[in-house]
Amino acid sequence: MGVSVDEAVSTGPVRDHTPPARRFGGRGRSVLEIALLTVLAVVMLFPVLWMIETSIKENRDVYAIPAKFFDFTVTLDHFKDVFVASGGRSALSVSFLNSVVVAGVSTVLATVLGVPAAWAYSRFAVKAKKDQLFFILSTRFMPPVVVVIPIFLMYRQFGLIDTKLGLILIYTAFNVPFTIWMMKGFVDEVPAEYEDAAMLDGYTRLQAFWRFTLPLLLPGIAATAVFALIFSWNEFVFAIFLTSSDDVRTAPPAIAGLIGGTTVDWGLVAAASVVFALPVLVFAYLVRKHLVAGVTLGAVRR
Amino acid sequence: MAGIEVTALHKRYPDGTVAVEHVDLSIGDGELFVMLGPSGCGKTTTLRAIAGLERQTTGDIHIGDTLVNDLPPAERDIAMVFQFYALYPHLRTRDNLAFPLRAEGLPKAEVRERVDEAARLMRLGPLLNRRPRRLSGGEQQRVALARALVRRPRAFLMDEPLTNLDAELRADMRTEIKHLQGALGTTMVYVTHDQVEAMSLGHRIAILNKGRVEQIGTPLEVYDRPASLFCAAFIGSPPMNLIEVEVADGKLRSQGGLVLTPPPGLPRDRCLVAGVRPEALEVTEPGAERSVPARVVSAEWLGDEIIYVVDHDGQRDVRVRMPPTVRFAADAPVGLRHTGGTPAVYDVSTEELVA
Ligand SMILES: Nc1ncnc2c1ncn2[C@@H]1O[C@H](COP(=O)(O)OP(=O)(O)O)[C@@H](O)[C@H]1O
Ligand SMILES: [Mg+2]
Repeated sequence: MGVSVDEAVSTGPVRDHTPPARRFGGRGRSVLEIALLTVLAVVMLFPVLWMIETSIKENRDVYAIPAKFFDFTVTLDHFKDVFVASGGRSALSVSFLNSVVVAGVSTVLATVLGVPAAWAYSRFAVKAKKDQLFFILSTRFMPPVVVVIPIFLMYRQFGLIDTKLGLILIYTAFNVPFTIWMMKGFVDEVPAEYEDAAMLDGYTRLQAFWRFTLPLLLPGIAATAVFALIFSWNEFVFAIFLTSSDDVRTAPPAIAGLIGGTTVDWGLVAAASVVFALPVLVFAYLVRKHLVAGVTLGAVRR
Repeated sequence: MAGIEVTALHKRYPDGTVAVEHVDLSIGDGELFVMLGPSGCGKTTTLRAIAGLERQTTGDIHIGDTLVNDLPPAERDIAMVFQFYALYPHLRTRDNLAFPLRAEGLPKAEVRERVDEAARLMRLGPLLNRRPRRLSGGEQQRVALARALVRRPRAFLMDEPLTNLDAELRADMRTEIKHLQGALGTTMVYVTHDQVEAMSLGHRIAILNKGRVEQIGTPLEVYDRPASLFCAAFIGSPPMNLIEVEVADGKLRSQGGLVLTPPPGLPRDRCLVAGVRPEALEVTEPGAERSVPARVVSAEWLGDEIIYVVDHDGQRDVRVRMPPTVRFAADAPVGLRHTGGTPAVYDVSTEELVA
């Protein structure tokens, strides 16, 4: 279940970037196209629908055989269980809070570090620029499982195991290269003449960047930050290897931890997954305009 | 206000491109100086070096009496207008104009006064509250000019400011810029690849080619006696006819027998080329006095004149400017006659003017 939530979340914003489906024979879609799209939609959306359904079913209906599609009793108990446990906050709600802190701080850090770097790579003649940029990108090629062991050992030395700071640092490290690459494209689009003009008008180079280029980059920064945020929010491998205690864990390993006992409270798992997926969907939807604007920043053309 | 002195400028970009090989310029106080050359010859680089946006590899730049090599752009007290106007898109015209003044920290009242003055000069009244996106190309260019002059800088640098405008507007703006420069008396360095613009604007023109200055002179000098074959082929539309000649009996004679008056002091033993302006030739009836046989290849009717392209002894691209009243059919056999004064003569091997 947890995995399908991740999928649902990460395909949301990405979809904005896929080119519109190719049209066969001019206007409208062909029968074949519609059929294929329908199959795809059912396959993709069924787990999501099932998750939402399960999260509002009474336990009796959750375990009913044959499965009840429509005639189940609706309840919000599972959602209550996500947030409150007997005698105060639930462990899950703490993990959600941890996720907010870790994803938020690492995104801010990656943006603060990555945007100026992207600007520098775009504007200045840097020695072996292409090699550097390739090296930066190549750090993203590595699957997290490959690096997680050495990082685990290093973190143990530095006492960063099972700390939020540890997660924040590793997520920042993963998001900075992405931010640099994506932002460099946006900076390239903003003509350097704005900064030239500002420098002739009496500003220093940094002031010129801060006062003229940065405002024009905001849509791009928003788009980039959303992607970084979603990466950190969804990240599972580092989180499960590097953290263990309830007050440090982020939501993905916490939700996964619900599965695996002798009995699994599927209603709770589904409700937690919905809560986990919702912010990202909402956030991506809110900045959708910026995501599109980010892609077509070309509005300021030479 | 100040003159600008560029000495032995050389610029090599970090990627190894040599954009400026060697440029010396001496621009007078209050002069409208035009740098003319084809795309890629180093005009923008030279201008940006003067502005301080690009650091020259070697060479000195003086503005007024100050050596500005190490001064940042902000301290050189010059204004630049870019080919792409670089108006801040998020600011209204009024704030775009006020910006350089606010950077200087002028009091509010004075900022308003200067903005109004610049707006009046460039007739921007109705545009003051619009953002750049809602201005036409010509209007954006006027705002860019106003922004340059609002600070009352010591010099204006203009990098092909009219390239993005359509032909009619370009002619209007040309007049406007020339008038403005005359009225303000501020030194202006104007970069263009358009020789018509250069001729009509410049007090003096520097012709650049491959990072070097080929010639500096008034528009008339540059037109009458281009200093090199490159200049000869670059200036004038159509440009000079370059006709191979040899010296014989105190005359210049082309292979087809066209006779030209030689300038004094010609070397005898070299391969020479005479540069003859289209208006210094004449298409005549075949066999007319002093004419040599030729044939019309084609004709361009331009309304107020006709440009005949004639075949003269195998050189198929000799261009002749004629009044529109004289008509010859294509392919007609005609005569070709030289009517002008002494032509400019070039050495083929050095490509330079010899006399
Ligand atoms: N930032 C740069 N880095 C490397 N080469 C450059 C740069 N800017 C210009 N050049 C090169 O320098 C030469 C001169 O360019 P430029 O001064 O822009 O010419 P122009 O303005 O006369 O067209 C060109 O070959 C151009 O490609
Ligand atoms: Mg240029």
